[in-house]
Amino acid sequence: MLPATTDPQSDGAAAESWLDRLGFRAASGVGDAGWGRTAFAGALSLVYFFPVLWIILTAFKSYDDVLAVPAKFLFTPTLDNFRQVFNRAYSLQGQVQDTGFALYFFNSILSAVVSVAIALVVGTLAAFGFSRYPLKGNDTYLFIILTTRMLPAIVVIIPIFLMFRVSGLAGTYAGIIALYATFNLPFTIWMMKSFFDELSPDVEDAARMDGSSDTRVFFRICLPQVLAGLAATAVFGLILTWNEFLFALLLTGVETRTVPVAMAQTIGGDIGVRWGLLAAIETLFLVPVIVVTFALQNQLLRGVTFGTIRR
Amino acid sequence: MASAVDSPGAAAPPARRVLRWGNWRLALLLFVGGSAAAIATLPPSASFWVAGALGAAFAGSAVVNAWGRYRGGLLVAPALALLFVMNIFPLLWSFGLSFFSYRANRMAVPVFVGLSNYERIVTDPVVWDRLQTTALMVVLTVSLQMVAGFLMALLFAKQFPLRRYLLILVLTPMMLSFVAVGAFFRYYYEPSLGLLSQFVRLFTGEPYVLMKSVWGARAGIIFADAWMWAPFVMLLILAGLVSVPKYLYEAAAIDRAPAWRQLWSITLPYIRGLLLLAVLFRTIEAFKLFDVVFLLTEGGPGTSTETIAVYVYRLAFQYVKTSESTALSYILLFTVIVLTNLYLYFANRRGQEA
Repeated sequence: MLPATTDPQSDGAAAESWLDRLGFRAASGVGDAGWGRTAFAGALSLVYFFPVLWIILTAFKSYDDVLAVPAKFLFTPTLDNFRQVFNRAYSLQGQVQDTGFALYFFNSILSAVVSVAIALVVGTLAAFGFSRYPLKGNDTYLFIILTTRMLPAIVVIIPIFLMFRVSGLAGTYAGIIALYATFNLPFTIWMMKSFFDELSPDVEDAARMDGSSDTRVFFRICLPQVLAGLAATAVFGLILTWNEFLFALLLTGVETRTVPVAMAQTIGGDIGVRWGLLAAIETLFLVPVIVVTFALQNQLLRGVTFGTIRR
Repeated sequence: MASAVDSPGAAAPPARRVLRWGNWRLALLLFVGGSAAAIATLPPSASFWVAGALGAAFAGSAVVNAWGRYRGGLLVAPALALLFVMNIFPLLWSFGLSFFSYRANRMAVPVFVGLSNYERIVTDPVVWDRLQTTALMVVLTVSLQMVAGFLMALLFAKQFPLRRYLLILVLTPMMLSFVAVGAFFRYYYEPSLGLLSQFVRLFTGEPYVLMKSVWGARAGIIFADAWMWAPFVMLLILAGLVSVPKYLYEAAAIDRAPAWRQLWSITLPYIRGLLLLAVLFRTIEAFKLFDVVFLLTEGGPGTSTETIAVYVYRLAFQYVKTSESTALSYILLFTVIVLTNLYLYFANRRGQEA
């Protein structure tokens, strides 16, 4: 396939191909590769990131620039789309109206923050319990808890939809917050348990020897050591809730609608899609996630596998 | 008080033990008796609060009683209670419902029909068709993710300048919302403005409508999903790659083993476990494929991209065949439980090896 490697004499370390020069020598494993690899990986990363980048660029285009064919890479940026996310005129001469997106962003933030806070308190206690005072059938409980998170949302939503309809919780903040708290709970428990499991028991034992109560051990010794993990769990929970669509689609009302639902409705709109506007909504929606991804880099693997794989 | 808990054998005078906070039996008696009396004598609005307060007192005394003896149980109880109320109980309810004939938009009382919902689901050719569509999409998207993720992991396995920042660019799609990704690709696949159509037009001169053909729509969804989740596979494999001992490669280099041989004989055996976990995890997740389909094609053209999750949604909320949809969702639930069990088995095994 490659001239250098097809030569039977030059197999092994002596083989020099264009791949080698890019740093592919010993195609994997730890080690240092130079700027050649940076150039290659940089080009690839940009191509990979391009869909996101293009949306962000589109958000800054004027109405005409968005419609331009072929697509414009150079344009005068404008903030019109961002202004129109919140207030815009629906017809050419029409009055400027509130689009409700301020409310939807507020709803998204409120339901995410409150539900994550609840899940964090309840889940951290439970994780500490599962980690330090194993019950009979501890693993079974943990398995059931994880399963509730792995189930297709559509399976869970049908009975919850019926329950919410009967109890009048549909379309209320209480309903969606309780649901999101439950939705975040399995994740929080598994994440926090993985952090508690990693702590060295020696410090705790020493504290117990010196007469600390269990409550004191938890608050003064264990909790401070997992603060970084707690923060990572909270942020992951916020992102998961922030991104959630199906529950919100079926269980929020006009007043409690979240951004993903509103975004989906903008796409399915009646008078053609205003792509620039949609891109602006998406940009506002994405930026927190991208910032947070950067901050979370070291905990990303644990987070996306719900704490089942640590490193 | 505490000593009485610690040594139940000690003969303390009974009169003192009756009025402990931890006497849950007395509290239960008060709760039942008190609320019965309140319901009988007081108006409903007042008796509700009396019963509530006594119930809370009972719960409190049960906690005091259990503190110290069942600490693990107490710590996990709130979490289990919340999960039970909001998740397990509804699931049990829908399990019950799957044996009845019930439609959520009718007032009729549900009629017990035994297993006939399941019978109808299992013999329904439409369900089998949707399952085949799902299986096809799962296999294609997961294999695409695995290949792309593996190649990207090889690229990022070494340390190089700016690696940390470039990694962020690649990892971002995984953290995005399904809705946002659906909206992105709807824009890119759009016939007149979409980048894909414009690109094709460079060669053919005609606008290109990806979503009008069956395989085009499938490819569009699979590409969007794989783009989103290949970074996940990459992250997992990367974790395996950096754990391979460096001296193995050094030894292989001395033996003049070619790069592909090092990959095959050193790298692959080390990351086999993680590859399996990645496949299982992504299969479970891809099995639920809903949001992207819903946003990109709504199952079309025809029903060619209607996955089983979308079908359950239609069954439950558009055709309002509530009890049939619960029966079908229980079949899905069972599948996911089996897959999750497998996943945890391998994840634990890997955790113990490490």
